[in-house]
Amino acid sequence: MIPYQPHLYKAFTMSLSTADVQKVARLARLAMNNTEIEAARVQLSGIFELIAEMQAVDTTGIAPMSHAQDLSQRLREDIVTETNQRELFQSIAPQVESGLYLVPQVIE
Amino acid sequence: MFNQTLTQIGAALRAKKISSVELTQTYLDRIATHNPAFNAYVTVDAKTSLAQALAADKLLASGSAQALTGIPIAQKDIFCAKGWRTTCGSKMLSDFIAPYDAHVIEQFNKAGAVNLGKTNMDEFAMGSSNETSYFGQVRNPWNEKAVPGGSSGGAASAVAARLCAAATGTDTGGSIRQPAALCGITGIKPTYGTVSRYGMIAFASSLDQAGPMAKSAEDCALMLNVMTGFDERDSTSLQREKEDYTRDLNKPLAGMRIGLPKEFFAEGLSADVGSRVQEAIAEYRKLGATIVGISLPNTRLAVPVYYVLAPAEASSNLSRFDGVRYGYRAPEYTDLADMYEKSRSQGFGEEVKRRIMIGTYVLSHGYYDAYYLQAQKIRRLIAQDFTDAFKQCDVIMGPTSPSTAFNLGEKGDDPVQMYLSDIYTIAVNLAGLPGMSIPCGFGDNALPVGLQIIGNYFDEARMLNAAHQYQLATDWHTRCPQL
Repeated sequence: MIPYQPHLYKAFTMSLSTADVQKVARLARLAMNNTEIEAARVQLSGIFELIAEMQAVDTTGIAPMSHAQDLSQRLREDIVTETNQRELFQSIAPQVESGLYLVPQVIE
Repeated sequence: MFNQTLTQIGAALRAKKISSVELTQTYLDRIATHNPAFNAYVTVDAKTSLAQALAADKLLASGSAQALTGIPIAQKDIFCAKGWRTTCGSKMLSDFIAPYDAHVIEQFNKAGAVNLGKTNMDEFAMGSSNETSYFGQVRNPWNEKAVPGGSSGGAASAVAARLCAAATGTDTGGSIRQPAALCGITGIKPTYGTVSRYGMIAFASSLDQAGPMAKSAEDCALMLNVMTGFDERDSTSLQREKEDYTRDLNKPLAGMRIGLPKEFFAEGLSADVGSRVQEAIAEYRKLGATIVGISLPNTRLAVPVYYVLAPAEASSNLSRFDGVRYGYRAPEYTDLADMYEKSRSQGFGEEVKRRIMIGTYVLSHGYYDAYYLQAQKIRRLIAQDFTDAFKQCDVIMGPTSPSTAFNLGEKGDDPVQMYLSDIYTIAVNLAGLPGMSIPCGFGDNALPVGLQIIGNYFDEARMLNAAHQYQLATDWHTRCPQL
């Protein structure tokens, strides 16, 4: 096996900026303070260095493989198969009232 | 008794030499004694287990028992089991009582097996050392300073320490095979689509697959007979005839062609692991197999491809944890967005957050083609390597892991080094092929070495045949740590 040699792939790597990491954290709905953002930036840059090895591979004409089995999706009749278990499911919710899930007010 | 095979335990139960209640209580006592040292179980519920055992004893008395009726099985805490706390190793689900059974749990219930408890695991199955669990690290019964591997580390530790008759695991990039290797037990990840993912908490849906972890290949075959089968509630469950995975166990190996990929024996493999694997191959020669040199040229790309695709799928799957319908909600927040962000930040651990961030980034606008699409294209090249290789051989063999178990804390600060420890297992998941690990000796530090066997699609019976014949000729699988 060819050993992993990061220096060969540096050309394809771009190191992440603080703004990149902040943007991703926002998209992922993860609250992070400045210390956590910087720690994530360093670690993610290392991981992207590993991933960058892919960029050198010529994949012209190769179809993407999205799944382990190249099968079409199975279809079924559009009928109700589940029984209503609202009370059971809501019994494990953080906050419910009158059969509704409660979240902070969104509309004034 | 703790070293008996599932067949022997089943026979003892049917012959009324022991009842399921007695057997279950014996295991519960053993867990009470030894689990504090290994932390293999997250949840034990003696009352529920013993009630199942009592029901099993009735089945046994009525003569309607099946192969696993009354046998105590440890379930990885990734499977929803109705009424059981199901945590997936995360603070996010630390109080989650599953409202329904996973298909795998249903199958064991139908078989009359006893759920002995829920085993520890890396958080959301993301890890190779079981150090990312919210419920603390699991220890390797062979050496308490060493990791058990991951993510099914609790299951592997429990089987190795004989704290259950057998266990379930799941494998997205090696999470059955690598801990099986590091703890000296047998584990098999079947062909993708063979075991239903219904009720199995999702990590990377195109790669996740459940399978058994046990003391031997024969035990794994019996477990697989229970776990597999079509389930319409999983859209990727395959509609196939039910198989008996024990059917070929006793076939002679004469004429079997074993492919050795040169990329699995190159730089990066520890010398002691390489030697043990070569000795196992020599044993296979004695058993009549033919050895064929093969190549899987894209092996080195499997880790980078996996660390794009698996986090991408994970970032999507884990978006469901928002503190609204179930799971952890932060105690204080200002508005809805703040509630989402705080609940997720406080509920998820570092490795999970790291992978969500990677996945979100590679799927984001401007990077999708360069990362996600490119990874999917290389995934096809990796799968094609295997298709080409199986024209020359019946099974592929090599090491499961590049080294024996490393020490707790050794790779904790360096995610890239941790990721590279899955180099030989990941490609199998990308291709959707079945793979297994069997014990084949011990390394320089007296820790177990695993031999990986990779089969063609749906060739589990042939792999189990190869594993069983080796286990008839050797006794590595019967070795267990002295507690």
